[in-house]
Amino acid sequence: MVNFREYKIGARFFGLALGGSMTITLFMPSFDLRNVNATEVALDKQLWAGHESGFSLADPFLTGEHRPVRVTLKTDPKTGQPMASTVAYVYPAGTPLPNGVDHPDNLGNIVEQLSRDKGRIGEASKSQGAVFLLSSEPQGDGSKQFYIENASATKGWNPEEVMKAAGDENTYHASYGKAIFVREGCWWCHTLLPEETQDWQVFGAPPMLGDFNGESPTAFGSDRKAPDILHVGSRNSSREWMMLHFFNPRLVQPHSIMPRFDYLWGPIDDKGQKIDFDKWRAEYNEYVDGKRVTPPEVPMYASNSDARALIDFVLSLK
Amino acid sequence: MFKYLFARSEDIPEGSAAVYFGFSAIVWFVIGTGLGAFNASKLAFPDFVTGLEFVSFGHMRQVHVHAVIFGWISMAFAMAMMYMTPALGNTKLWSEKLGIWNAFLWNVGLSLGLTLLWSGMTSGREYSDFPWFIDLYIATFMTIPLGINVWMTVIHRKTQGIYTTNWFFASAVFMVSIVFIVGNLPEWFHLTGLTEAYLTWWFAHNVLGLWITPVAAAIAYYTIPKVTGNPLYSHRIGHLHFWSVVVFYSTPAAHHLMSAPLPEWLKSFASVEGVLILVPAVAFVSNILLTMQGKWNMFVENLEIRFTVTGCLMAIPLNMQGGFQQTRAINWYIHGTGWIVAHAHLALLGFSTFLEAAAVYLGLQTLMKRKLYSLTLGNLHFWFLLIGFTTYWVSMTIAGLIQGAGKIYEVPYIDVVMAEHPYMIARWIGGSLVFTGNCFWLYNMWMTARAGTVIPEGRMAHELAYER
Repeated sequence: MVNFREYKIGARFFGLALGGSMTITLFMPSFDLRNVNATEVALDKQLWAGHESGFSLADPFLTGEHRPVRVTLKTDPKTGQPMASTVAYVYPAGTPLPNGVDHPDNLGNIVEQLSRDKGRIGEASKSQGAVFLLSSEPQGDGSKQFYIENASATKGWNPEEVMKAAGDENTYHASYGKAIFVREGCWWCHTLLPEETQDWQVFGAPPMLGDFNGESPTAFGSDRKAPDILHVGSRNSSREWMMLHFFNPRLVQPHSIMPRFDYLWGPIDDKGQKIDFDKWRAEYNEYVDGKRVTPPEVPMYASNSDARALIDFVLSLK
Repeated sequence: MFKYLFARSEDIPEGSAAVYFGFSAIVWFVIGTGLGAFNASKLAFPDFVTGLEFVSFGHMRQVHVHAVIFGWISMAFAMAMMYMTPALGNTKLWSEKLGIWNAFLWNVGLSLGLTLLWSGMTSGREYSDFPWFIDLYIATFMTIPLGINVWMTVIHRKTQGIYTTNWFFASAVFMVSIVFIVGNLPEWFHLTGLTEAYLTWWFAHNVLGLWITPVAAAIAYYTIPKVTGNPLYSHRIGHLHFWSVVVFYSTPAAHHLMSAPLPEWLKSFASVEGVLILVPAVAFVSNILLTMQGKWNMFVENLEIRFTVTGCLMAIPLNMQGGFQQTRAINWYIHGTGWIVAHAHLALLGFSTFLEAAAVYLGLQTLMKRKLYSLTLGNLHFWFLLIGFTTYWVSMTIAGLIQGAGKIYEVPYIDVVMAEHPYMIARWIGGSLVFTGNCFWLYNMWMTARAGTVIPEGRMAHELAYER
């Protein structure tokens, strides 16, 4: 290192400058971010989205392996008796657990304490699977403090029973839907971050500080070529409209520049019939050219298709 | 080139690694801009090629971005480092063989990474879209070996001091490896939530600020004095540029997330530091333009100087935008609009690409000892790039202002999409011009290698007359 002797002071200053900037921009904000308690929004989101929505070893090709589902229960999975509509998050055996269960310190002190003590999340196991609930504890000031409840421990619910009790029509594959949202690059145009300074009227309220704990990736997006969709499920909850819009956005919005996502239907429709895409496109072109009065019927998606999971996800964005 | 992978280091001709990097960079530039133009066509005409997952916009956008950043820009940087660092140290490259392997593994890793991105295997984090094992590959086989070669060459130099260009090179290869390893912490340790969002933009900001901007500038610090024969106007200003880049450019990451609920002190700090980016910018531009004193005729007559000075001139609007658009007063209007897309292209396709193109033109001619095959094609390349880029930048800036107005006046979004349509067509035309110009360049450089006039020993390329 003889040739660097005259650069000793410079090298030290360089280390100081770069180290200083990393202290300010990484180390110091980490104190602020660590102290944030997860809000109801964050808990709900991390429970339905699951451990990771981008690449992970559990689902390397983002094709929906090892993903939780959100279900709405109307009967008790143990007794079969009717009960008040309850939302449960089902993690079948082998599904990576949500971040707040894996690393409860990500939840913030208050939520962590409640989830550990009352929610018994420490007993959840990936190998056996688990069912979680979003529970709350009334506070002195009349507000509610939300936490994660491990229903497998507190109620003895197991994933198979809960999924069976809910049935396919009350099951939402929102976790896989978010993976499709990442895989198909929806977030290159649709942001998930209404802006603090405007957007209130059109796209809804900007998120709060604790609304992201445990979410990965956050996929805010930076290049908004289309409406923000953080709250799209509250603006438009029509499955029919979503189906038409994904198959060919020009069916419901003639000036849209969104790509067609008809390939998410897969080869067959809900009745197991092969979908003839060429015929559909030819008929649609005739409609565009004015040779047909109505566009061709959009085939109903199969219940295990990507289209269904993506619509489940979009409708979960409340 | 492949025969040198297993040759003894002393049998590899000097400059082979740089030539390998240089031609790879041009090929990636053609691919990257071709993809960009294709993507742009889909924003203008969404049904252009439709119904196939692998040509959908969402699968290709990130492939375009990473092909130009890691393929074109970074390989052109590596090329410049492979020949400028030894030249400025009056020595040889520390290891040609490491350089050849580095270029080979760079192409292999990038092809693999882009294939995975194309298939939809992504981390879902802008600019760090690659899955973590590709990031690990990039650090291990791409940036760190490059850094070792640059550092060892600087250490074994035969000059007493280190010239400005080499300060930048040596620090940038170090910083980019740090940025890669720290910026991908969310993937190594599965960090989530706002921390993940913030680190995503910490990475994105610093990979631009501590890699692309300083290395592009360092190239100009070599090209301009070398070709004009003028000494650098001021080493002191060079010092100011260097230190202000390290101090100011490494801090404003949070200004990319001004509308996210990050700590307010962090956003304010980032915003102030963001304005201070004007310090290195002004230092750099003034230093280069003052070095041109008495040689401004070369701006017209010499292709390399024309590229370099054009790039430096583009640094003026670039940094004026960059310094002020991130303040709260302006950011709320243009955040997330096409304005930002235009700004990003001003940085990468305007400022930095023009400097690198000059370095690749100069380096390939010097190392292959061949005069550029055709001046006409060189001129066409320059004007296609400049006109194409300008068309792109102007149309996207206007589109961004329309989006900004639509945003604050709460215009229904579809009306904004309709209003943007003509500018999307202009963007496509601009991108296609850039792509066409690059095809000319690839042909020109290929013919230079095969049929360029041999440059006699001891002469420089620009001292010879063009024959075509």
